[in-house]
Order: sequence, then structure tokens, then C-alpha cells
Amino acid sequence: MQFEGKVWKYGDNIDTDVIIPARYLVTTDPQQLALHCMEDADTMFASKVQPGDIMVGGSNFGCGSSREHAPISIKGAGISCIIAESFARIFFRNAINIGLPILESPEAARDAEKDDVLSVDLVAGIITNMRTGKTYQASPYPPFVLEIINAGGLVPYTRNVLGIEITG
Amino acid sequence: MGKTLAEKIIAAHAEDVESVSAGDLVTVTVDVVMANDITAPIAIESFQAMGVQQVFNPDNIMLVPSHFAPNKDIKSAEQTRTLATFAEQQTLSHRFQVGRAGIEHVVLPERGLVLPGDLVVGGDSHTCTYGAVGAFATGMGSTDVAFSMATGTTWLKVPETMKFVYHGQRQPWVYGKDLILRTIGAIGVDGALYRAMEFTGPAIHDLPMSDRLTMANMIIEAGGKCGFLPFDDVARAYVEARATRPYTAYHADEDAVYHSVHDFDLSEMEPQIACPYSPDNVHPISQVEPEKVDQVFIGSCTNGRYEDLAIVADILQRTGREFHPDVRVMIIPGSQAVYLDALREGWTELFTVAGAAVSVSTCGPCLGGHMGVLASNEVCVSTSNRNFRGRMGHRDARVYLANPAIAAASAIMGRLAHPDEL
Ligand code: SF4
Repeated sequence: MQFEGKVWKYGDNIDTDVIIPARYLVTTDPQQLALHCMEDADTMFASKVQPGDIMVGGSNFGCGSSREHAPISIKGAGISCIIAESFARIFFRNAINIGLPILESPEAARDAEKDDVLSVDLVAGIITNMRTGKTYQASPYPPFVLEIINAGGLVPYTRNVLGIEITG
Repeated sequence: MGKTLAEKIIAAHAEDVESVSAGDLVTVTVDVVMANDITAPIAIESFQAMGVQQVFNPDNIMLVPSHFAPNKDIKSAEQTRTLATFAEQQTLSHRFQVGRAGIEHVVLPERGLVLPGDLVVGGDSHTCTYGAVGAFATGMGSTDVAFSMATGTTWLKVPETMKFVYHGQRQPWVYGKDLILRTIGAIGVDGALYRAMEFTGPAIHDLPMSDRLTMANMIIEAGGKCGFLPFDDVARAYVEARATRPYTAYHADEDAVYHSVHDFDLSEMEPQIACPYSPDNVHPISQVEPEKVDQVFIGSCTNGRYEDLAIVADILQRTGREFHPDVRVMIIPGSQAVYLDALREGWTELFTVAGAAVSVSTCGPCLGGHMGVLASNEVCVSTSNRNFRGRMGHRDARVYLANPAIAAASAIMGRLAHPDEL
């Protein structure tokens, strides 16, 4: 998986309440949720984000509640990948589980500026900043996590584990 | 080499291994799976997408409608119905209907449904609350919850543990809430990221269970994965009175290996306030500007228990004061059992006469859902656990997190206040 996208840059401790405020948690529809994604941190994001754009955060990205609506809204908004210095634990699992690629690379996250273009090789974990030409190696995924990613998320992974065939 | 509580409980639930150490990745069986009206609908969708017919055990799955309960609009009503329909189809033994339940983190420990030594996965970040009774309990997202409902297992990385030791005599008006706020202030909102937190020391043994539940509740506000309070006489008495099944209590080994050890001396510690917009922006109350408040919220899974309401009732009774006429005071018991206690104690009347809006149990204003959403630039003193931007309403509203005594004093004075000022 290789992709390129424009950077939306945010700071440390971006919490799930600013990613998707609780007042919108009356739906599970990704498109509905995407309309309010990042609303309390950046009022421009939801209307200006382009499919394939990359979100960059500081440390502890996605802290706060366990709402899976947070990565769902980001994925629904068309973000192809999140790169951060570090992720909150539940957010990390949620993103992997729903098939939203996320990479931990403190250096790449710190160096990236708004509107930079990053190129990401997800399998190799290599990030290239097209403005500076600099490349970064992201932290490798633990083996379990890689299995889930390779299966395409936790739902298909579970089907594999339980030997359930998809019918219809 | 000795083991931490997290290592012991995970080892007891791990397949094919005798012992585990921090850093190991393991598959574990789970005892209880929980989700609420926000997280269960996605969990149920994922469960169905997995093609699974039956949950692993209908006795161990708890779906609690709490956040927008009673249903605040048509969409939340649809979500609650999804829970009820699934519970019916899957013949879940425990049902949590509005009017008979409350906030999951108050209800589950109160009914003895989460027990020492349990491994609990919950679709809510404050699932870590159950560490107060000695369970390894951690929040996960909905698809992880679906996986656990389907398989009765989950995967975990065994966390490192940070140990927090509290010494010295607590000052008046200082509670478990202040201990945990002080701790989060010291280590930061990512200070325990991916780690377990063990709270010990002589001052902990003095705390009632309500204060211990408050402390375990806010582990996630330091980024923690789970946490534990000791299984001592106080905990044993609480659990024995409620346990719905046999359990095994664990104790950390003396020579367990910790990531770090942190000591706190309580002898001169004042009540603590977390100022906007982060639970780690913590200051002793004497250092905080006594800002005028528009709303005071007493409730939530942090401080909505009997003992919390008792503090408020005691202040009103002792001072004979009423709440300030310009302040909207919301007092919301954490469960219907607490609501009933408040009725029997005469507190519902006391609070209402003093000028508060007292309601059935719900998360309500804690997450800006309903029952007291804040307008722009409004100021609220809240006994809950999060004061992020937009958490309780408008993004410019400002929330101060505090213990119930500070909340009550502020509600009376109309500004952030210490009970000694009354
Ligand atoms: S009371 Fe607040 S923190 Fe607790 S479960 Fe409800 S919304 Fe979450």
C-alpha cells in the first residue's frame, strides 16, 4: 500500500471529543460523522479535506473516550493515513480494527508542516516528506496487529479465525 | 521475580502460559464484556458483520444505555432499541433498562457484576473503574468489543505498571478525587500511556470504596490502560456484600518489577482543581482564580455515588444555606440505586429545596449530551472526569473538575469556592 497526500497538522493530545464531539454520537454513519470531524479543533477541516489527505498529530493522539466514531469520522472524511508522535492506546486499536492506517513516527510528525505532501509506504513503514525529500522509518507493528491489518481489519480477521465463510 | 497485579490477572486468563511479563503479547479469556448506548450499536454491527450467530456467554455481556438515557432524541432512541433487541435475541441474562440501571461504571460494581481477578473488556474508556474492586478492566473500541462478544477472548500487550504510594493524613475536604487529580497533574495526560497504575500506601486504606472507584475511574485521564486499588478489608467487605459468583483476589508481589514508583505526601495537600481545558491542568484550590460559575454538575461515574451525594447533603444541612440563585445546579445520581438512596435519605427534597435540578440517573451533561449542556463562554464546576474543549457543550465553555465538596460550595457561593468559606 503506497499513497501520497497533503498534510493536516495538529498538536499534542488531540482528544476524541475534538475529533468527534459527543453531541454527534447519535449515528454510526461514517459520512454523517465526517461532517463534524475535528469541528472543535479546526472548523475548516470537514469542508476542506480532500480524499487521500494525511492527518499528522503530536503525542497521545486520540486520547479520551473509546468511541470508535473518532477514527470512523476521520476515515469517513477521506483521510488516508494518520501519522503521529504517539497514539492513545484505544484509538490505536480502533484505527487498526476499522482499517484506517496509522503510523507512529515522532520525527516525521514533528517535521511535517501544514500542506506538505507526504508519501507513505505502509508495508515498509516508510514516510517521505516530498517538500524536504527526507525519509523516515515508522515504528513496526506488533505481529498480532500485522495479522489484523493483513486481513483487512478485525471483522474479516475474526471471520478467518472462526472459519466463517462470507455468504451473500 | 515478583509479579504485578496486571501480570498476575493476565497470566490467570492467558491461554497456554503459566506466567507473563510486561511487554508480552497474549490472547486472554474475558469474564465480562460491557458496552453502552453509544458504543454497543457499532459493536453489534461489527458482531453481525463477523457472521457470528451467538455471543460466547449470555451471562457475561452487559449492554447499558446510559449516555443519552432517557433517550434524548429519535436517533438515540434507535440506538437504545438496538441494544434491547440484541439483548433479547441473544437472551442476555442481565438487562439494564432506563429507570432500573444508570451509568455502567456505577451499576456494575454496585451489583457485584465485576469482581476481583476478573478480566473485563468494556466499550467505554472508563471501564478502568473496576480496578477499584481488583479487576483487570480496560476500555476498548466497539469492534474489539464485538470480537470479545464473539470469542470470549481478546488480545493484550501486558502493560508495565507504575506504582503510586500515598502517605500522610488527608486534610479536611480532600477525597479520592483530589488524590487522582493531583496524580494526573503530576504525570500528565499521557503520563501512564499504555501502562497500569497501582495505587497503594497507608492513606489508600482509609478511603471508602466510592473514593477508590473515583480514583480508578480517572486512570484513563493519565492515558493508563488499567489500574488497581488494594484488596484490603474495605474492598473485601464491599465485594462480599455483592458478589454474584465466586472470584479470586490477587495481590501484587513485594518484589514485583515496576516501571516507576511515585510518592505523594497528603499531609499538606489542599483540594485540587483541574482547570480548562485538560484534566492535567491541576492546581490546588488556593491557586485558582475564584471565577463566577454558571452551572455546577454533581454526578457522573466519577462522583455520582451515595458518599458523594452525602457530602453535598452534609454541607447543605450543616450550613443551612441554599444554592446561589444565579447558578444552575444539576445533581444526578450515578445509578437508580443511588437515586433511591437519595430519596430515602431525604436528599432529593433537600437538594430540590436548595434550588437544584435533581434527575434520574444518566451521563447527561458529563459528555454534553443533554440535561445541562453549556453555552459559549459559560463556566461550570463539574465532579466528572473530563474538561476537554467542547466536552460539556460549546467549545468555548470552561469546565473546572473538582470534588463534590468544592462543587457544593461553588454552587452555594456562585463562584469557585472552598467549603471553609461557607
Ligand atoms: S458519566 Fe461521563 S465519563 Fe462516565 S460513562 Fe458517562 S459519559 Fe462517560
